Amino acid sequence: MIPESYDTIDCDVLVIGAGGAGLRAAVAAGEAGCDTVVVTKSLLGKAHTVMAEGGIGAALGNVDPRDNWGVHFADTMLGGQLLNSWRMVEIFAQEVIDRVYELERWGGLFDRTPDGRISQRAFGAHTFWRLAHVGDRTGLELIRTCQDRAVHAPNVTVHMEYTLTTLLKDGDRVVGAAGYRRNDGTFVVFRAKAVVLGSGGWGRMYKHTSNSWEGTGDGAALAYRAGAELLDMEFVQFHPTGMIWPPGARGILVTEAVRGEGGRLYNSLGERFMERYDPKKMELSSRDVVARSIYKEAQAGRGSPHGGAFLDVRHRGAEYIRKRLPSMVEQFHALASVDITTEPMEVGPTIHYTMGGVRVAPETGATTVPGLYAAGEVSGGLHGANRLGGNSLGDILVFGKRAGEAAATEVAGRAHVAVDERQVEAEQRALLAHLDPHEEGENPYLLHEALQEAMQDDAGIARTEESLTRSLHAIQELCERAPRMRVGGRRILNPGWHTCRDVVNMLVISEAIVRSALERRESRGSQWRLDFPDLSEEQGRVNYVTDDGGDGMRIRAVPREPIPPRLQRLIDEELALRAVTTIPVRPDQRIEGPAVAAVGREA
Amino acid sequence: MAIAERPAQRGTAPQPGAGSGSDGAPLEFHVFKGIPGEEQGEVTYRVPPVTGMVVLDAIHWIQKHVDTDLACRWNCKAAKCGSCSAEINGMPRLMCKTRIDDLPDGPITVRPMTAFPLIKDLVTDVSHAYEVNRRIPQFTPAADEPSPFVIQEMDLERIYEFRKCIECFLCQDVCHVLRSHDLQEQFYGPRFFVRVASLEMHPKDTVDRLEAVRTEGGLGYCNITKCCTEVCPEHIHITDNAIIPLKERVADRHWDPLRAVSRLLLGKR
Repeated sequence: MIPESYDTIDCDVLVIGAGGAGLRAAVAAGEAGCDTVVVTKSLLGKAHTVMAEGGIGAALGNVDPRDNWGVHFADTMLGGQLLNSWRMVEIFAQEVIDRVYELERWGGLFDRTPDGRISQRAFGAHTFWRLAHVGDRTGLELIRTCQDRAVHAPNVTVHMEYTLTTLLKDGDRVVGAAGYRRNDGTFVVFRAKAVVLGSGGWGRMYKHTSNSWEGTGDGAALAYRAGAELLDMEFVQFHPTGMIWPPGARGILVTEAVRGEGGRLYNSLGERFMERYDPKKMELSSRDVVARSIYKEAQAGRGSPHGGAFLDVRHRGAEYIRKRLPSMVEQFHALASVDITTEPMEVGPTIHYTMGGVRVAPETGATTVPGLYAAGEVSGGLHGANRLGGNSLGDILVFGKRAGEAAATEVAGRAHVAVDERQVEAEQRALLAHLDPHEEGENPYLLHEALQEAMQDDAGIARTEESLTRSLHAIQELCERAPRMRVGGRRILNPGWHTCRDVVNMLVISEAIVRSALERRESRGSQWRLDFPDLSEEQGRVNYVTDDGGDGMRIRAVPREPIPPRLQRLIDEELALRAVTTIPVRPDQRIEGPAVAAVGREA
Repeated sequence: MAIAERPAQRGTAPQPGAGSGSDGAPLEFHVFKGIPGEEQGEVTYRVPPVTGMVVLDAIHWIQKHVDTDLACRWNCKAAKCGSCSAEINGMPRLMCKTRIDDLPDGPITVRPMTAFPLIKDLVTDVSHAYEVNRRIPQFTPAADEPSPFVIQEMDLERIYEFRKCIECFLCQDVCHVLRSHDLQEQFYGPRFFVRVASLEMHPKDTVDRLEAVRTEGGLGYCNITKCCTEVCPEHIHITDNAIIPLKERVADRHWDPLRAVSRLLLGKR
C-alpha cells in the first residue's frame, strides 16, 4: 500500500532542470504546442548556468572573418582528443551561430564590436577570437534571457523547488517521474509522454569544486536507474587554479587571465616549477598540464600550506594589476583578505565540468531508453576527453532546442499511461526510511564528506589502478552504510533529508567515474593515469559505456564511429595551420577588453 | 525570544577551535528557526571560527554538526546566483558574501528576509517576485527588424548595469513599500523597476510599459529613499539609474501640460 497520497500532474513534455538546457528545451516544446512542465530543485534562474563567465564559442566571424564552423569543429574535436561524437560536434559548430543570434533576438545583450555587431574574445584552444560575451557574466545573461522567454512562452509551466527522485516506467518506456516538493515534503507524480533531462553535471562528490550544491548528478543517476547508458564517465575536468584557502572560498575559480597577465606559479621552495614540466609555454601551458604540475609539486612535498601552489602576479605592479585584474583583486580581498598586488595567491586544481554523461543520439538527444531525452552537461559525447572553454553555453542552447523539439515530435498521438503504484510506493518508502527522529543512524553530511575524501584523493586529477581500486572500495563501503542514513525533523524543507538522496545519487555516479577510469588504461584529456602515462592508440578507438547490467554496474568498450573524410579534412587542415602559426588573431584586430572573469566557471 | 540552546548532537561535532584553520573562541550565532503557526525564535549556536569564514559557512557547519534540518536556501556560494539572502545583524545581505571578520565582535544574528512570507527558518516564499516578472511584457523587437542586430555599444551602456541583477531580492526586502506597508499587489518593487528599465531602454524594443509601471506597478509609491541601492550586492544604481528615469518618463507623459494638450488635439499618447 502507498504510504501516502500524492498529487498527479499531467503534461506532454516534462523537463527536469531549469538551467540553459532545460529552459531552451522547454521553450522549444512549448512553442511546438506541447503542454510543457519544467521542474527545478532550486528557484528559477539560480541554476549553475549563472556561473559561466567567458562566453559562447560560435564562429560568427565578427572579429576575425577567417573563422567558420569548420575551424570550430576541428578545434572542438582536437580539444576532446578525438573521442567526441563527430556528428554532435558538427551539429554544434554549425547551429551555435544561429542560437547566439536567437538569444540576441530574445533580448540577450552582448558586448559589441566598433561597428555594432556582437563582439568576440579569444579563449584557450580556440583558433580565432570566437567567444560572444557580455563582460564576465555571459552565463547570467543567457539564463536570464531563457528564463524570461520560458515564463512568457505558450504552454510552459514552471514548478520551482521540487526534487524528482525517480523516473516512472511503463515497460521499457519512461512515462513520467516522481518526487517531492522541497518546501513541504509532500509527494508528487508527473505523468508525461516524454521526459527531457537538462539537469546538469556533477562535482559535489569532490572536495574542491566550483560546483553549487545542485551538482549531485541526479539526472544521470535517474537515467542510469531507468536503464539508460552513460558515456565517457571517466572524464572530469579540473581547472588548474581554484582558490583553496580560506575554507569558505575553497574551489572558487581564479581566472586563467591571471596567468595571461604574467602570473607565475611557485612551490613552497620558491621554485618556478613549470620550468620542470613545460619550459616553453610555462604557466600558459594547457589547463591539464598546469593542473597536473601543481598536483605533482604538492605530492612531492613542495606544495603550499593547504596543498596547492602560489600564484604570484606582484611583479606586474599594483596599478597594472588593478587595471587588468580588477575582479581578482576584489575576490581575494573580499574572501581571503589577500591583497594580490602585495601577496601571492594560494591556488590548486578545482573540479570544473563533467564531459561524460547520458549517451544520446546526436540529432535528437534521445537516450537509449524510449521516451527519455537529455541535453547539456548531463549528456555525454560532445566534448570527448576534454571540453574547450566557451563550448558549454553553446552546447546547452543547441542541444536543449533539439531535445525539446524531438520530444515534442514524439508525444504527438500518445496518451498518458496509468501510474504504476508499485513504483511510487517503493520510492516513497525509500525516501521515508531516512527520516526517523528516534533511530540513530549515519549522518548524511558526514557520509558526503567521506565520499569527497575518497574521490578527491583517489579518483581525482591523478589516478592509478591502486588509487582507483581504493576509491572503489571506499564507495562500496559507503553504499553499504547509505541505507542507514537517518535524520530527524519533519519533511518541511529539511536539508538533512534532502541530502540523503543526494548522497545516494552521488554514490552511483562516483562508482561510474571510478569504474570507467579503471577501464581506460591510458592518459587522455582529463584522464591522467600515473600507471599509464601515454596515449594509447587502441584505447583512442573506443568510448566506455556504463549501464546497469542487472547484477551491478557494467562498463563496456564501444568502438568510436570513424570520422567521415569530409570532416577529417577539416581536422587535418587545422593541424596544418597550427604547425605554422600560434597567433590566434590578426594583430590589427586586437581588441583591448576588460580582464576576464571574477568568480565561477569561465565558460 | 530564544527557544533553546542547541548543543552539538550525536558526538559528531569537532570541538570549537579544533581542526585546520580554526582559531580562537567559538562564535555565537543567533539563528532564527521556525515554521508559520508554530513556535518561532532565535536559537543560539556556538560555531568554531575558521579563517576567512562567511556566514553561510557557519550555517553549513550547524547543519552538518548540530541541526541537520536547519533550512537555508543557497546555490553557488560565490555571490553569483542570489539565493542565500538573509538579514544579518538586521541588514539584508548575501550570506555567502558576508565575512565574519567584517562584522562587529559579539553575537551574530541571522534572520530570514522580512518582506516575504516565511516558509521555514531562513527560507521565505519569494514566488510573488516571479509572478510580477510574468506580468511584465517580454522583450519584443519589431517583426521586420533585421537579424542579427546592429547596435552601437554606447546605446547599450545604460542597460548593461541592469542586467547584472542576480535576483537576490534584497532590494525588495529592504523597500519600505513592501516591508512596512505590504503593498505587494500594488507595487512591482525595485527589482522589477530595474527589469522594466532594462526593457524600456533597449534600443530594439517596441513595447510600451510606462502606463503599466505607473498603474499596476505603483511606481509613484517609491519616494526614492535609496535603501534598495544601498543593499544591492551587485552595486546597481537602482534608484538613480532605473527608478528616477522611469519616473521622469512617466512625468513627461502624464503631467507635462504641453503634451497633455497635444494628446488632446492629436489623440496620441
